[in-house]
Amino acid sequence: MITIEQRAEFRKHFRYNVGRRLLVDKIVKGMAFGCVLIAIVPLVSILVDIFTNGSAALSFEFLTAVPGAVGSDQPGGIGPAIQGTLVLIGMSSLVGVPVGVLGGIFLSEYGTNRYGRTVRFFNDVLAEFPTIVIGVVAFVVIVLTTGSFSVWAGTFALSIIMLPIIMRTTEESLKLVPVTYREAGYALGIRRWNVILRIVLTSAKSGLVTGIMLAVARIAGETAPLVFTILGSSSFIAGLNGPIDALPLKIWRLSSLPYDSAVTQGWGAAFVLIIIVLSINIGVRYIFLRKKGGTLKFRTLGGAL
Amino acid sequence: MKTVIVKKGSSVSDKVFKIAALVAATYVLAIIVMILVNLLSGSAAIWQKEGLSFLTGTDWNSVEGRESYGAAPYILGTFVTAGIAMGIGVPISFGIAMFLSELAPKIMRTPLSLLVELLAAVPSVVYGLWGLFVFRDYVMNWIEIPLHNTFGDKSIIFSGTPFGLDILTASIVLAIMIIPTISSISREIMIAVPNSQREAAYMLGATKWEVFRMAVLPYSKSGLIGATILGLGRAIGETMAVTMLIGNATGSGALPQSLFQPGQTMASIMANEFAEASQGGLHLAALIGICLILFVIAFVINIVAHLLVARVVKSHEGAVLA
Repeated sequence: MITIEQRAEFRKHFRYNVGRRLLVDKIVKGMAFGCVLIAIVPLVSILVDIFTNGSAALSFEFLTAVPGAVGSDQPGGIGPAIQGTLVLIGMSSLVGVPVGVLGGIFLSEYGTNRYGRTVRFFNDVLAEFPTIVIGVVAFVVIVLTTGSFSVWAGTFALSIIMLPIIMRTTEESLKLVPVTYREAGYALGIRRWNVILRIVLTSAKSGLVTGIMLAVARIAGETAPLVFTILGSSSFIAGLNGPIDALPLKIWRLSSLPYDSAVTQGWGAAFVLIIIVLSINIGVRYIFLRKKGGTLKFRTLGGAL
Repeated sequence: MKTVIVKKGSSVSDKVFKIAALVAATYVLAIIVMILVNLLSGSAAIWQKEGLSFLTGTDWNSVEGRESYGAAPYILGTFVTAGIAMGIGVPISFGIAMFLSELAPKIMRTPLSLLVELLAAVPSVVYGLWGLFVFRDYVMNWIEIPLHNTFGDKSIIFSGTPFGLDILTASIVLAIMIIPTISSISREIMIAVPNSQREAAYMLGATKWEVFRMAVLPYSKSGLIGATILGLGRAIGETMAVTMLIGNATGSGALPQSLFQPGQTMASIMANEFAEASQGGLHLAALIGICLILFVIAFVINIVAHLLVARVVKSHEGAVLA
């Protein structure tokens, strides 16, 4: 028999126990929410600083003119850097997109064997590689052999950085295309490569575009490989065998100069760069989010995207 | 009749297409082999001269005639900055992952996780710029000077004059940069834990934290370790932000001792000195040698991490869909 006193005793213990556990639960929940805030504060701070400091530098001249003499009253602009970034993106895409899409097709359509798994694995490893290593290799392979810093070397490095991202996203979006689409194609007597190109690729179009755009956003902000490959320059592009400038490289160079005008220009260049990168990222995610079910797959690349 | 003939044999165009795809896929493997071969041949000179003491030496002298290279300070510097960044970043990332997978109301999950992932989209050089002109002052005035005044030169790790461009600032910015990587992968791994695990714990009267601790955490342990190692790989290879913030010491001066002391990492020494190294010289070979060390470390880290993450996500994929 349990006496009334014992029952009261139990109840007290129970209340104490539950109260303590609920308190711990509340504290942990609060801490987890705090972690999210801690992560968002720097993002907001970066964006606010770039918008306030960067907008001061913006003008038509700033976006189009060549840089003036260092430390002079005429700071000039970042025209060559913007042009260089666009040239590099375009040329890297010419190499990276076809190869990446073809590789993705291989992984998705022919890659169920051991070789496919090997390629997929090393592709993931390559996607997370330090980009500076790729820059150094591009330096050894191209700059040392040709004897000059060139657009080619930059293109080579950036296309290697693009490749694994495009391959992975292509594979994931091709896998989302139902098998029945392919079977319908085969039933009509269409050959396999035609089925892949005309039916599977067109059905997976939005996924492909997403992957390519994210890869472009990624290489637009890459700096480390460019230090060793395109060197930087203060004039507009003269040829593919010579050095050019790029936005991230320009930001780095400007930030190390001891002049206020250079720093202001650095913020301005960062403003332009972040507008490019974030608008691609947000735009692509917005388009993609409206298509249900696809987001989870693309997160497999984690921070790379 | 013609179509019948075409359909009977496997067509040439099919084969050509398959081979093209195969070549494109093989390109990835070729790149990795090419990276290794070029780094080995480019750094051969330094291994011949210094041998294994390249890994342990602390001298860094590029003056012609007295050349001597040791990578130990930079290897240590890389691991110290990455280690501090992990110490700060990993708990926060797990907190974020827990909040986004277990606690947040459904409607907040997608926007919040997008916001955190946008941190990953910000280019490294922009972090560097922000760290150099904005964040540095906060670290110096709010963290370093109070710590220095409290502990002073009595403790080794807080000694030195707080200046803002040092190991601590670089590590904190590095932590911010790896948070999106670790948190988004961890969140995915936590989401992959089958709901039956959670429900069993809820049925026993567990609170949300207890569910997380007793059902989610043990189940996703190896995946979370993999996510952490992936973050480590990213922290080790990060270049621009670290180069701009770490203060760039060289030689034995770069041996990490105090948090408030300039240092150098493998990636940052390459970014700083590559332009100065003359072609074909020993200096260049030494820098490529450092690149080779970085390559090997990053390669091993990434392989281990991918094996861990892939195993978890794969074995739980069926459970997520069910």
